[in-house]
Amino acid sequence: MIKVVEISKSFGNKKVLDKVSFSINDGETFLIIGRSGAGKTVLLRSIVGLIKPDSGSIFIDGNDITNLNKDRLNDIRKNIGIVFQGNALFDFLNVEENVGFVLYHNQKIPRNKIREKVTETLKLVGLQGTENLFPYELSGGMKKRIAIARAIIYNPRIIIYDEPTTGIDPIAVDKIVSLIEDLHSKFSVTSIIVTHDLHVGLKLADRLAFLLGGKIIFEGTKDDLNELKDERIIQFMKGSSEGPIKETEV
Amino acid sequence: MGIIKNIESFFKYIGDLNIFVKNIFYWLFYGKRNFRRLIREMVFIGIDSFPLVSLISFFVGIIIAFQTAYQLKIFSSEIYIASLVALSLTRELGPVLGSLIVASRSGASITAQLGAMKISEQIDALEVMGVDPINYLVVPKFISLVISMPLLVIYADFLGILGGYIVGATKFAIPFGFYFRMTFEALVYKDIVSGMIKSIFFGAIIAFIACFEGFRPFSSSDVAKVVTHAVVRSFILIIIFDSILTAFFYFIFI
Repeated sequence: MIKVVEISKSFGNKKVLDKVSFSINDGETFLIIGRSGAGKTVLLRSIVGLIKPDSGSIFIDGNDITNLNKDRLNDIRKNIGIVFQGNALFDFLNVEENVGFVLYHNQKIPRNKIREKVTETLKLVGLQGTENLFPYELSGGMKKRIAIARAIIYNPRIIIYDEPTTGIDPIAVDKIVSLIEDLHSKFSVTSIIVTHDLHVGLKLADRLAFLLGGKIIFEGTKDDLNELKDERIIQFMKGSSEGPIKETEV
Repeated sequence: MGIIKNIESFFKYIGDLNIFVKNIFYWLFYGKRNFRRLIREMVFIGIDSFPLVSLISFFVGIIIAFQTAYQLKIFSSEIYIASLVALSLTRELGPVLGSLIVASRSGASITAQLGAMKISEQIDALEVMGVDPINYLVVPKFISLVISMPLLVIYADFLGILGGYIVGATKFAIPFGFYFRMTFEALVYKDIVSGMIKSIFFGAIIAFIACFEGFRPFSSSDVAKVVTHAVVRSFILIIIFDSILTAFFYFIFI
């Protein structure tokens, strides 16, 4: 279980997260939604310990990761796979080395076993046979699927997707959405999806949180969302520029 | 207010650089090394720099030979161009020119590579996967620079001397054997060793500054800025440390 308790984070005078709290149950797909620049990525980075919040706590399986040393944090990170917004594939490594990176570096597994595991994982994301290609030889959708393969190869219990459909064409978006659904049902992982794409998000989510102005203004199920009368959320769902959320407000 | 802010950011820079260097030394002794990566770095930093170093050192040797010949002609002592070329190259120009070439070629490219990795979240990806970015990315570059620099400098010295010989042989008809005898008679142990030690220091400076700057950008527009900073700051530190080391060797090796 992941529990975020009143975390706040500022950069200079700008408060990006303001006492944000929510919890994610094991095995559910949780959506964090909000406008671009709302602090979603900062929140996600805080959950994996890349950013230390100014105050508050983040509990993953009972461990407050804001107070852990690097070794303990790395132990917890072994259970988390992350798909970055820009994929973050290593340019100087081919697909096989990218996907098998964690296994090559952190575990004493023979190379042929790692190769087998890479092939198996690539098959899972529908990209078998691409082992020797380099990231610059792949399309946007393929890069995203390779990034997903790299995140799942070590069987994490939690997978985090940062804007998984940004910058790819609608057909590739559909493939990514089906892949996320497949992985979730096959491995019963906890999935956290951070996005501003409500259409994709609602298709995947069991529960969601809405981030606006650094605060969570809604947390609940899709049904709760439909019954909600909050003008700001209605405006966001409609995708209208008219309403309480101003153009400059994130 | 502006001055105070500048002083503050200067000390913050020094402090952050200090922590960064400390981390490099920590991982240098406690980190696991991937030899394939190390070789890859050495090829890029060392071997790939040979053509540029050859070209510049050879022509610098020719230039020094002509400039000294111009003065020595007054005393009819052109034969001493061999000694002057050898001494100026091994003591100063070899290490300094070699490091300036490496700082602008390899240092700039290291900063650009790390900067691009930083803004495309590749460095964050390493951290999340439990791989320390300094151990994985920086230490191999540091080792490669510290090992490659002395080798490049010896090679630069040799090419410069050869350039000097071309002038000696073609303009003043100095025989090959005689030119090289004059070269090695002028050189003493101290000249070679001080040049080598300087080049190791300069290699380390390039690694520290180029890698540190590479970890600093927050956006793609910052990458150009940090590459410029890396080259300029490496140049400044190389010249400052050259003065310090020259003074040090002057007093120590007398």
